Amino acid sequence: MNTCAQTLVSPPALPAVASDSPARRLPGDLAIWFFILAELLAFGAFFIAYAFARANNVELFNEQQLALDRNAGALNTILLLTSSYFVVRAVQAAEAGQGRRAATWIAGGFACGAGFIVVKLFEYTAKFAAGVSLSSSTFHMFYLVLTFFHFMHVILGLVILAALWNGARKGRYSPGNMNGIETGAAYWHMVDLVWLILFPLVYVMR
Amino acid sequence: MQTQGSSARALPHSDHGTPLRATVIWVVLIAATIVTWSVGESGATGPAIVGLLFSIAFGKGALIILDYMALRRAPLMWPMLALGWMTLVCALIGIAYWKGLAA
Repeated sequence: MNTCAQTLVSPPALPAVASDSPARRLPGDLAIWFFILAELLAFGAFFIAYAFARANNVELFNEQQLALDRNAGALNTILLLTSSYFVVRAVQAAEAGQGRRAATWIAGGFACGAGFIVVKLFEYTAKFAAGVSLSSSTFHMFYLVLTFFHFMHVILGLVILAALWNGARKGRYSPGNMNGIETGAAYWHMVDLVWLILFPLVYVMR
Repeated sequence: MQTQGSSARALPHSDHGTPLRATVIWVVLIAATIVTWSVGESGATGPAIVGLLFSIAFGKGALIILDYMALRRAPLMWPMLALGWMTLVCALIGIAYWKGLAA
């Protein structure tokens, strides 16, 4: 794109792009964004199926929803949001040239994500002890399928965060090499994003 | 394929905002979560409450999409797709809720 005229006019010491008008850029790998779109469509289909199944069984859904642990659901929302925040700080650290410092932020994000898993396992244990199963009711079927589908995404997200942590420790991410950390971070935020609908839909709406 | 000019990387411009902005957004997200949890604890029901719940969810989702996912500075198609998904899902949940009221 560089023409002779540009080369002559632009002093080499100055950046070629004005800092107040940066080009629009999709962070991370393009492929992860198509993957995220597919995931959003899948979760969206589940959410809408839940909402319309509820419309046909309002009394059952309202009654059985009361037995859900809203405190655990809210705590898990806070854990995922905090985890996402730590991952944003990791990306910002890498962008600022503090690639190794990013590892500490990612470790914080991983710890919150692991906290989500622990809270969820306590919740599932209590539900299974109370006789909840896939076949115990339409509500329980949706509750288990939706939350477990999300749970599996949290586990995959934690594997990705572990890989990012390892890469950050080795100083792999820098202002010139943001692709890996941006790609992993985008996936992790998607896991958070879908929970932001799942929580009010399944635990609160009545 | 993403191409990143080496000259652009050295700029002070950030695709991911500032730590202060990220922190303020985190505080807003947590506060909004406490509101949603409080609504659940109060046992409040009805179209206005459900409208509030999913307005909050939409607002939180928009912050995640635009700021944490950094789609605010991405080609417009991407934030539009993600926000369009949020809008569609929240609207259909609202329609389903309405249908349940009428049943």
